[in-house]
Amino acid sequence: MEPTNINDPEYFHKVVDCQFACPAHTPVPEYIRLIAAEKYTEAYMVNWESNVFPGILGRTCDRPCEPACRRGRIEEEPVAICRLKRVAADNKGAVKHLMPKAPKEKNGKKIALIGGGPASLTVARDLAPLGYDIHLYDEWHKGGGMMRTQIPSFRLPESVLDEEVNYIIDMGIHTHFNHFVSSMKEILEKGYDAVFVGTGAPKGRDLNIPGREEADKNIHIGIEFLASVAFEHVDKIGKKVIILGGGNTAMDCCRTSRRLGGEDVRVVVRSPFETMKASPWEIKDAMAEDIPFYNNMPPKEFVVENGQLTGVIFGNVRAEYDENGKRSLIPTGEPDVFMEADDVIIAIGQDNSFPWIERDLGIEFGKWDVPVLDKVSFQSTLPKVFFGGDAAFGPENIITAAAHGHQAAISIHQFCHGNDVYDRPPPMTNLIRQKMSIHEWIYDSPVVDDVRYEVPHEDKKFTLNDRKVEVELGFDISTGFKEAQRCLNCDVQTVFDTTSCIECDACVDICPTSCITFTTNGGEDDLRGRLNAPANDRSQDLYVSDILPTMRVMVKDEDVCLHCGLCAERCPTAAWDMQKFLYNVTKAGHTCTK
Amino acid sequence: MTFIKPKFRHPLLPKNKIGYYKADYEGAISTLCAGCGHDSISGAIVQACFELSIEPHKIAKVSGIGCSSKTPTYFLGKSHGFNSVHGRMPSITTGANMANRDLIYLGVSGDGDTASIGMGQFVHVIRRNLNMVYIVMNNGCYGLTKGQDSATADFGSISKAGSINPFEAIDLVGLSLELGATFVARSFSGDKTQLVPLIKAAISHPGFAFLDVLSPCVTFNNNKGSTKSYDFVRDHMEATATIDLVPEEEEITVAYPEGSTTSVSLHDGSTIQLQKLAPDWNPTDRRSAFNNLQSAKAKGEILTGLLYINPESQDMHELVETVPSPLNSLQEKDLCPGPEALDKINDSFR
Repeated sequence: MEPTNINDPEYFHKVVDCQFACPAHTPVPEYIRLIAAEKYTEAYMVNWESNVFPGILGRTCDRPCEPACRRGRIEEEPVAICRLKRVAADNKGAVKHLMPKAPKEKNGKKIALIGGGPASLTVARDLAPLGYDIHLYDEWHKGGGMMRTQIPSFRLPESVLDEEVNYIIDMGIHTHFNHFVSSMKEILEKGYDAVFVGTGAPKGRDLNIPGREEADKNIHIGIEFLASVAFEHVDKIGKKVIILGGGNTAMDCCRTSRRLGGEDVRVVVRSPFETMKASPWEIKDAMAEDIPFYNNMPPKEFVVENGQLTGVIFGNVRAEYDENGKRSLIPTGEPDVFMEADDVIIAIGQDNSFPWIERDLGIEFGKWDVPVLDKVSFQSTLPKVFFGGDAAFGPENIITAAAHGHQAAISIHQFCHGNDVYDRPPPMTNLIRQKMSIHEWIYDSPVVDDVRYEVPHEDKKFTLNDRKVEVELGFDISTGFKEAQRCLNCDVQTVFDTTSCIECDACVDICPTSCITFTTNGGEDDLRGRLNAPANDRSQDLYVSDILPTMRVMVKDEDVCLHCGLCAERCPTAAWDMQKFLYNVTKAGHTCTK
Repeated sequence: MTFIKPKFRHPLLPKNKIGYYKADYEGAISTLCAGCGHDSISGAIVQACFELSIEPHKIAKVSGIGCSSKTPTYFLGKSHGFNSVHGRMPSITTGANMANRDLIYLGVSGDGDTASIGMGQFVHVIRRNLNMVYIVMNNGCYGLTKGQDSATADFGSISKAGSINPFEAIDLVGLSLELGATFVARSFSGDKTQLVPLIKAAISHPGFAFLDVLSPCVTFNNNKGSTKSYDFVRDHMEATATIDLVPEEEEITVAYPEGSTTSVSLHDGSTIQLQKLAPDWNPTDRRSAFNNLQSAKAKGEILTGLLYINPESQDMHELVETVPSPLNSLQEKDLCPGPEALDKINDSFR
């Protein structure tokens, strides 16, 4: 193999699995170390720079970082990254003075943001400090979008939401709340320099089976139900509630129902338990509230007697997979099952919806009625219109919306200054030696054995009686510290210098996870087959050195490196060094205007 | 500084035949200097014992005094061990071996512990062909007392302080061959592909197996002009053969060009497979070992690999005809069989 080019910022970025997996590339180990050092305010700001909503995401993030966490490959469970983010948010001091402010002098550019959710707010956060005049439109009386309408208060208290939304609104954003935008044409006619669409995926899917119309009064669409509860239009539900669907919305609906008077609340899913889309922790939390799950049961009919819904009839299926892994649900032939219900909530998915965008404006729409967009710039076929969040490529999550917002803001900034939207600033990177003295490092190199700490929950007898009582209590400071210490510091990179190496094998002998091999060079397949430990995970790179004096090369499999620094401690010539790699996705305005 | 090795290991590492992981053969984290050759030898011992699937409690590690003799702490943490007096490791091992012949004895010593203070014990344990592995971690200096030349420092070798060694070196390999050692090998700490199979073969050999391992002292003897530095040894290494130990139950699968391979069968049924690099060398002929050793020396080369093996080796227990059961398990009735047995013996002299 060719020697690894560690000057390419993406090489070490990929080693920091959590940061690489995060759509917004939050420098996770960096803020976890700050939490361990009790620097909560600093930890919060590292987060805020990247993902804009640390307090919200610390409770509600989909956590793509956690399945990626290296710790999950060497023991049972990854670091509780999401919960640590909340520790930073819960314990921070004053932060507002650390945030950028909108300048008094504007740059003369006017931007419209349609929809007040995470994507639009991120664009506002990035562009307001650059002097843009920003107009935010939302149909509700407050900003936050789906974070307010679809996430129940027992998962995300309103105070946390208001705080983080207001940090942005207070940057001098012109808000047009209670204003449902019904025509893109009207917006375009107002002469904005650019328009950003962050309207999410606001249309909940319906289920058209027999009895649907007749029972309409007791059948609710998941996200609409959640919004009605959030805005207190709905405050009770029947005693027997069936939730159809196995995603996170279904989990929120069943748990909300338990709080509005639902006693026999059950979730019925047509697919097997293992393939349900909801996050495992949300399923676990629902089960903890005595909500049973019925799987492999597709709904067949809503049963209505005397104009009143009495229940639902379900079939029985089993999942079968063909050789391409495509699933089909085969009826088992068992008799159908009738389940009684006073109310049914349908939570089987949601879609984008753009009835308000006229189709003659030059904004092209493709398959599934989603806009045709450039994947990098988020620009539509009408150059001044940009999309982001769920509105762009379909339903994702908050952190993805924030990532979109940052990228769209760069595009808008370039576009408004007459620059090429593809001329995008490179990431800011930094590599700093961690050596303090002989075998002393700036970071805590010892690897602790602790298993993942559980987050304490509030007693059910309080939470089930008041939908505004938060269930998760968050880590206290001492548990937060202990969980933070589980982080392996994957951003502290093992940097190898070929010219200093005397090939004494000390690093090979000490490496706890047998990552390092000195051997003759070869192709990647060949090399992977003859390392000191199996190197089967091809998504993890091999770090290959230049040719050494014995004509061999150093090959390090990054897969399960503990970043413990023992290779560097045992190296007599400092050919191995531990260096902290910081990677920040550059935001609009940093270097991109000429 | 990290004093504790993390307990996590690569999750996909294999177990050996008896269900142990390599980690089960490791010891405490080393406190020797970073880059010390001795740590590599420790690593090679761990690897060899893992590959041979030896139960850790079947091994006794014995050492004297010195950097080398500290190493038993750093490997085979679950085995028996005795850190003895300077240069007296052979006596302790002899006693232990007499008491319990069922254990594998792994003696670890240094050039000071063997070639200076322990020389008297060393030569006699060879003479008796005690069944043990005797590893000398040879760095040509007294590393524990700041690097003075040892008895194995080569004539003309330059120390870190710049002084030139005026004395001839004791060649432990030549000496043990002369004294009739039944297994003699030399290797280099920086070459595990050679060292690990040599250790495995030495463990399998019934009798005294001597391994002289050049092991650079990074702190005091890795300078330019030293003949025991990493660079010098790498530049001057010559091997008799590449070596592979094939256990009894496994088939020999590696195919070498005809005429270049030799194999030696051991008592325990395993086979040492050698691909010869020195054409006129015969592993079972002591004279050819001497010749090759001397001619390499004359050329300024360091001859490594297996130098000599006597497949007919009879260890001390066989030579003195002890009973097959370990002496420490003999009960009073075995040791004092009574007047009838005595009469029988007396009768035999009549």
